Amino acid sequence: MSDFNPKIVAFVCNWCTYAGADLTGTSRMKYSPQVSIIRFPCTGRIDFMLLLKAFANGADGIIVSGCHPNDCHYSSGNFHARRRWIVFRGLLDFLGIDVRRVRFSWVSAAEGAKWAQLVNDTAEHVRQLGPFSGYHRLRGLGVG
Amino acid sequence: METLRDKARELLAARTVQVIIGYGQGSGGGARAVFVREAAEADALIFNEACRQNLAVYLMKPEVRKLGKAALVATPSALRTILQLAAENQVGDHDLLALAVHAAGEVTLLATLQAIEAHVTELDADLSAAEKAELRKYEALSLEQRREYWQEQFSRCLKCYACRAACPLCYCSRCTVECNQPQWIPVPAHDLGNLEWNVMRAMHLAGRCVNCGDCSRACPVAIPLYLLNQKLISDVFANFNARSGMAAKTDNAMSIFKPDDSEDFIR
Ligand code: SF4
Ligand code: SF4
Repeated sequence: MSDFNPKIVAFVCNWCTYAGADLTGTSRMKYSPQVSIIRFPCTGRIDFMLLLKAFANGADGIIVSGCHPNDCHYSSGNFHARRRWIVFRGLLDFLGIDVRRVRFSWVSAAEGAKWAQLVNDTAEHVRQLGPFSGYHRLRGLGVG
Repeated sequence: METLRDKARELLAARTVQVIIGYGQGSGGGARAVFVREAAEADALIFNEACRQNLAVYLMKPEVRKLGKAALVATPSALRTILQLAAENQVGDHDLLALAVHAAGEVTLLATLQAIEAHVTELDADLSAAEKAELRKYEALSLEQRREYWQEQFSRCLKCYACRAACPLCYCSRCTVECNQPQWIPVPAHDLGNLEWNVMRAMHLAGRCVNCGDCSRACPVAIPLYLLNQKLISDVFANFNARSGMAAKTDNAMSIFKPDDSEDFIR
């Protein structure tokens, strides 16, 4: 398993976590290159189905991150998102989908180091869990 | 039954409503929905143990709405559905009144949403002890056992969408399932498409489903959709102290938030 390089997809908001990840770069901090970042206007825009789409398209792990509570650019998108994740995570777990593969976090525009740590931790964690082949095999007729 | 028919006759004769949406004799001892528009036809109405369908589903059909104001023969689930639809601004006092039916055969006329609300407050809306026990049984399985169980269940899904058609709260005229540019939910009934469809159906009803059970009863391959609904009902109540279909004017649990909603997994 040591040569397994997990694919991590990160869904982040434009205003906090994306800016935080930018700061990680401009601060020249090195972190795991396993992550593909997808920028959203707000965590409130991250439909739960997008997470399933990431798994269906080969992700082994997912990061979802946005502004800390009370810091949302649109004032409440992250609060709405939090409710959604609470029930969605419970449903995934009930269906036997390993929620350890989905990491939720709040990373502000000032937390470049926290972003690097989050990606590194997630990559390491998912590396230990191995490829999400059980899910990837669901891809039936290749349509989707 | 006579009380029900008398009430129906009265309402139609006085033109208080234009149609009674009720149960009539179906085939093989079953019941089916009937739409009674003339006092003289009120004898078509029945009520017995076979009358379980949540008739509130018809309130959202354009061809039924066209008929005018309706009196709905309503089980407790249907009453809660009416309140949920009202909370979602889909029905109002001018659209309907309810004929609440009881097992013993009596009928209570509930002329306003407020009256329905008062009636529903008296009902026990919690999941039953048996439902809770069954839910706990599945929650107690290992992750792998749960995965196998649901993969096996979903493998039978035909993507017929009968569950959607039967649900009074699945009323969008354009469902995400029909969004095809790009294709959102895969069309074929393969494992991935079935999983995504069923996750989406359950999630779109989170905080809204009134646990009437009609989706499960409609499913031709007996997928226990009620377990998914009840899991979400249970989690929404545990986390947000909210229950659907209890008030005509209220915000859906998934459309609002509290700044102190608590979880232990966002770090
Ligand atoms: S999801 Fe099923 S149980 Fe819930 S309201 Fe719709 S038909 Fe009834
Ligand atoms: S009714 Fe059953 S078979 Fe049909 S789409 Fe729903 S879950 Fe699938």
